[in-house]
Amino acid sequence: MALKTEEMVLNMGPQHPSTHGVLRLELVIEGEIIKNVTPHIGYLHRCFEKHCEVMTYPQIIPYTDRMDYLASMCNEFGYVVAVERLMGIEVPERVEYIRVIMAELQRIASHLVAIGTYGADIGAFTPFLFCFRDREKILNLFEITCGARLLYNYIWIGGVMHDLHPDFIRLTKEFIKEFRPNLKELNDLLTFNQIFIDRTANVGILPAETAINYGITGPNLRASGVNWDLRINDPYSIYDRFDFKIPVGKGENGTVGDCWNRYYMRILEMEESLKIVEQAINQIPDGDVSSAIPKRVKPPAGQIYSRVENPRGELGYFIVSDGSVNPTRIKVRAPSFVNMVVFGELCKGHMVADVVAILGSIDIVLGEIDR
Amino acid sequence: MKNPEEIFEILKAKFNEVIIELISDKPTESFITVAPLEIDKVCLYLRDKEGLNFKSLMNLSGVDDANGEKIKDENDNEIIQGGTLSVFYHLESIDLKHKVTLKVSTDRENPEVASVEEIWRAADWHEREAYDMFGIKFLNHHNLIRILMPYDWEGGYPLRKDYQNPEFYKGMKVPY
Repeated sequence: MALKTEEMVLNMGPQHPSTHGVLRLELVIEGEIIKNVTPHIGYLHRCFEKHCEVMTYPQIIPYTDRMDYLASMCNEFGYVVAVERLMGIEVPERVEYIRVIMAELQRIASHLVAIGTYGADIGAFTPFLFCFRDREKILNLFEITCGARLLYNYIWIGGVMHDLHPDFIRLTKEFIKEFRPNLKELNDLLTFNQIFIDRTANVGILPAETAINYGITGPNLRASGVNWDLRINDPYSIYDRFDFKIPVGKGENGTVGDCWNRYYMRILEMEESLKIVEQAINQIPDGDVSSAIPKRVKPPAGQIYSRVENPRGELGYFIVSDGSVNPTRIKVRAPSFVNMVVFGELCKGHMVADVVAILGSIDIVLGEIDR
Repeated sequence: MKNPEEIFEILKAKFNEVIIELISDKPTESFITVAPLEIDKVCLYLRDKEGLNFKSLMNLSGVDDANGEKIKDENDNEIIQGGTLSVFYHLESIDLKHKVTLKVSTDRENPEVASVEEIWRAADWHEREAYDMFGIKFLNHHNLIRILMPYDWEGGYPLRKDYQNPEFYKGMKVPY
């Protein structure tokens, strides 16, 4: 006689340590097997887009910080690039270098959180402390640059708030020197740990074609074997001057596009970001950082879609301007928002415990999903 | 790699000029306007046609054009009557590295647009967001419910220009 089974609905969240914020997952399970997952979002909705319509363009910058709060510099960077393209502002060389250095340091800090919390989610607590120790050094660099540790308001339209601290270059060089061995240590501790590999390899496989159809971007797309990075494929700022590689998933320990691959992309990307920062601090020219900041930001009427490569994927700003000092409409194409759509598809057929592993590997930030 | 003009020429050979139109005025990127109920056919063609290969949808966003007649209602609040709501589609081909922007304008009182969710699954949540914020109905969407606002929100569509904050939500005073 076959054992009688029954489908059951299990709520995960909104208050759950491994949902990385207030996210509710409605799991339909049959025993331990996931039949269906419905994410419910909106618990952090702060009406960012409605707010923008009553503010001037420079006033919006601090709000963009609060979307992806682990990568605030990159959010600001994306926003000012969009407004500058709309207005046709040329930015001084030194500003471009400062922005790239900040964005790449922020990428490392953001990936460290992603990796650390991923380890903590699935039971490895020590790497979490190692990651946060290193991230702290980057936050210190940001602190001497602009006074804030998480929400900066540093990158402005046409320039940056003020020039680098005299010690910044020296401290960054020291950081890079310290961080390289730490990265190796992290690899030994977590990345190539057999227990970790057993837990994540061959779980939540995302084929390249599905990934493209679902609009997945960033490390998640590259883990599926698609060589696509906006810093190279649709260059903005001065990324075309640096020599760096785009890591692509090869499926070393399982299948291309599984959780381990998505995790490993972030390790490899940190190394590439270190290379960019190294080149940028060696090449950075002298000059003024505020000469191109416009007194009055009043873009011509029109619309523009501009995007940058955030740590989590393609961050796009769609700005509609009617020629006044306030935007008519700003839509943010948040990478986590789009990456989350495929989540239900990835979980089907896996065990309940794998939901945590898959969610962590997608690396979402609820602040930008809900905006 | 093709520019919007070349893409428009290819589309023109297949679709009637009543349905599509190319608009290019600086500083705006040029875009192609499409009839709201034909957008799914145009998108499917753009995705599958050899040499176009728009395999991914970067972004989909609703916009309130606010081009209708502004009148006062009985509570002396300004509301907009008539005019249009728009949806912008930003498509991209990863292998051919070209981009195109489509625009759909629909009637404000009865906004209906054909859904592209089955063509690009990425459109699923974007369309739900546009429905949530502007009340644009995407026909044939499999699950068109609110996404960021509460599921039982009855206060209207927040990103419309004439949106008024409701006085009460579930018996609670707003703002409290």
